[in-house]
Amino acid sequence: MSDSTNTEAATAPNSGAKKKNFLVRIISNNSKWLMIAPPLYYMVFLFLIPFLLALKISFADSILAVPPFTAIYEYKDDHLLLNLSLLNFQALGHDVVTYKNELIYNFGNLVGWIGGLFSSAPAVVTEVVAPEPSQYLSAFVESLRLATIATIVCLLIGYPVAYAIARAPKSRQNIYIMLVILPFWTSFLLRVYALQGVLRDSGLLNQLLIFMGFIDEPIHILQTSLAVQIGIAYSYAPFMVLPLYATLQKLDPALLEAASDLGSRPFRAFLDVTLPLSMPGVIAGSMLTFIPAMGEYIIPDMLGGPGVQTIGRVLWDTFFNDRDWPMAAAVSIAFLLFLVVPIGIYQYYSIREREA
Amino acid sequence: MSTNHQTAHRNAKQDPEKPWLNPNAKPFVRFQNVSKQFGDFTAVDSINLDIYKGEMFALVGGSGCGKTTLLRMLAGFLDPSAGKVMIDGTDVNGVPPYERPVNMMFQSYALFPHMTVEKNIAYALKLDKMEKDERKRRIDEALEMVQMSKFAHRKPHQLSGGQRQRVALARALIKRPKVLLLDEPLSALDKKLREATQFELMAIQYKLGITFIFVTHDQEEAMALSSRIAVLDKGQVIQVGTPSEIYEFPNSRFVAEFVGSTNMFEGTVVEDTPNQVVIESASTKGNINVDDVGRYQIGQTVWVNVRPEKIKLSKTKPAKHAGLNVLEGTVSELGYRGNHVIYRVKAASGKIIMVFAQSQNRTEELDITWDDKVFISWEADGCIIVKS
Ligand SMILES: Nc1ncnc2c1ncn2[C@@H]1O[C@H](COP(=O)(O)OP(=O)(O)OP(=O)(O)O)[C@@H](O)[C@H]1O
Ligand SMILES: [Mg+2]
Repeated sequence: MSDSTNTEAATAPNSGAKKKNFLVRIISNNSKWLMIAPPLYYMVFLFLIPFLLALKISFADSILAVPPFTAIYEYKDDHLLLNLSLLNFQALGHDVVTYKNELIYNFGNLVGWIGGLFSSAPAVVTEVVAPEPSQYLSAFVESLRLATIATIVCLLIGYPVAYAIARAPKSRQNIYIMLVILPFWTSFLLRVYALQGVLRDSGLLNQLLIFMGFIDEPIHILQTSLAVQIGIAYSYAPFMVLPLYATLQKLDPALLEAASDLGSRPFRAFLDVTLPLSMPGVIAGSMLTFIPAMGEYIIPDMLGGPGVQTIGRVLWDTFFNDRDWPMAAAVSIAFLLFLVVPIGIYQYYSIREREA
Repeated sequence: MSTNHQTAHRNAKQDPEKPWLNPNAKPFVRFQNVSKQFGDFTAVDSINLDIYKGEMFALVGGSGCGKTTLLRMLAGFLDPSAGKVMIDGTDVNGVPPYERPVNMMFQSYALFPHMTVEKNIAYALKLDKMEKDERKRRIDEALEMVQMSKFAHRKPHQLSGGQRQRVALARALIKRPKVLLLDEPLSALDKKLREATQFELMAIQYKLGITFIFVTHDQEEAMALSSRIAVLDKGQVIQVGTPSEIYEFPNSRFVAEFVGSTNMFEGTVVEDTPNQVVIESASTKGNINVDDVGRYQIGQTVWVNVRPEKIKLSKTKPAKHAGLNVLEGTVSELGYRGNHVIYRVKAASGKIIMVFAQSQNRTEELDITWDDKVFISWEADGCIIVKS
């Protein structure tokens, strides 16, 4: 009814219908917005607002109070005062410099050590004072290393699994996928705790290796970064398998037949057809594994021992032990930027690629 | 039955162009009692086929009759449940597709979605490690042939259905295999492009001597292109023959009705002289004379098959001579088809008889129109008998 818009002053019996039309009009004119409303609310309330809060806190100073940080603005004498503190980011910057010194020091040691290997003359001992250890960046780098290795391990294990499931008879694929996500039915904590039992010196893994004769003495795995890698790879493997399965299962088997028909042996066909077409799954799975692995706290804490300092543990310590909320907030903001920027760049290029 | 006609045919044409007539010729592709079962469903049912070098062999038949399955067994994607597939005299059972001298164009095209048109076509040559210049020349030639040079750098999802089909064709052709399997190669092309590509295919075949085996749903295409046609039904070969054999001498009602249009009269044999058979049919309310040297039993049920273009239509009763079959009827429908006119004439028995009147000999027929009383007539040698 197009005329309902300009005859708003309608007669009484008609007003009910008018009202309804009005509602319908609002809904239909804004249907685009209503459609994206749920994800929008989700992003606003569960990401954007917490992020802004953290951002705010990161510019405050730590004090002994409740809450344990200074206000970044106050209203005094009719003036709005902003008390932005850059101390935390300064500390981060300092940490970067420390880390750099540490690297140079280690590199110098390495060069000296290698030099010692090649010269018969006694190495000239240069006394350099060891720099103070960096706290945040070294933890970040350790997280990066652990998450990268774990993601690669997940990929190497997950790809064949996903491939095998996608190749299995249709009727059995669902069962296999159920089996992959079955561990989620038990608590994450419980599973990591169980891994402690498996990895300890007298644990299942060592017993098995000794029984099979690969080793004589138990190898020390628990409380090392290897245990953390095993833990992460184990816990996140399903996140790798599921997106990989989704892309591999969509792959038209006729494409492999075509490759074979044109002279491609199976492995070549895999490299030329299956692998490139499963790249979206590889990337999605890697992100689903890498990003949570980066921030992982429980696994390093339970399997890693005090020597394995990851960004998650450092954040926890800063937040709960030092009660330095502003520093913790600053670290997490920096951490987030570090992750988001590369992903944003990747997205930009992948969209351009798809439209090309 | 038609065999006698075919024998006559064969004796007349003992030439090297028709290796299937030569009992000493070796088939290049041979299906020997080949069956394929999917579960308890039989898709291909003990098929025997001999296909010779340089043939353009057409497979026709209804949807789901096993044409693609047959090609897939030849390409090596499926193993026969029973029987042997032989290429050039050797059993290829267990030989993987990448080692068979066969290329296939897929009904679904199966183009690699992440490669450009050019890369798709080049794929087989890249695997062969062909020299770069030669490769480039071949690719350009193939692109040219399917008129896709302009789109060489597009990806498959940026092409229309017919363009994709042409890329698939070029990709299958590029290696110049000994046997080329084409699963409905031209179905998505418009008439002009289809005819042009048909000529291209024939030229390639002539130049390179490739053995083509192709599936088509287009009768005209099968007739125009093929050296021989195999008509399939429910996984079985019903008849194999040259286009004219299949058209003029179908061995069954199925073939007669599947290939081209026809009029079928059911009847019983009442007289069997050496050269002529007389059949009594309820749908003509009389006897039909057929030139046929076959042996029939009196009382046997048979079908007389008359092609619509073999029937003459006239307003005046045609002069009676020996062997001429004449019926009376009224025109119930009429369709103009450009090069011919289709009449549906209702005979006295109520049977609808289809008649094609060619435009060039439309002299008397010109003025025949709806509801006209007409005479339809055909010669005794213009129709044939099928027993099943
Ligand atoms: N993998 C399979 N599993 C089970 N049944 C199959 C399979 N492939 C084909 N069939 C069946 O075998 C029969 C023959 O299939 P085919 O693809 O050979 O038919 P076609 O003659 O090529 O038909 P169309 O003209 O529609 O392409 C069909 O009934 C089909 O359902
Ligand atoms: Mg088919």
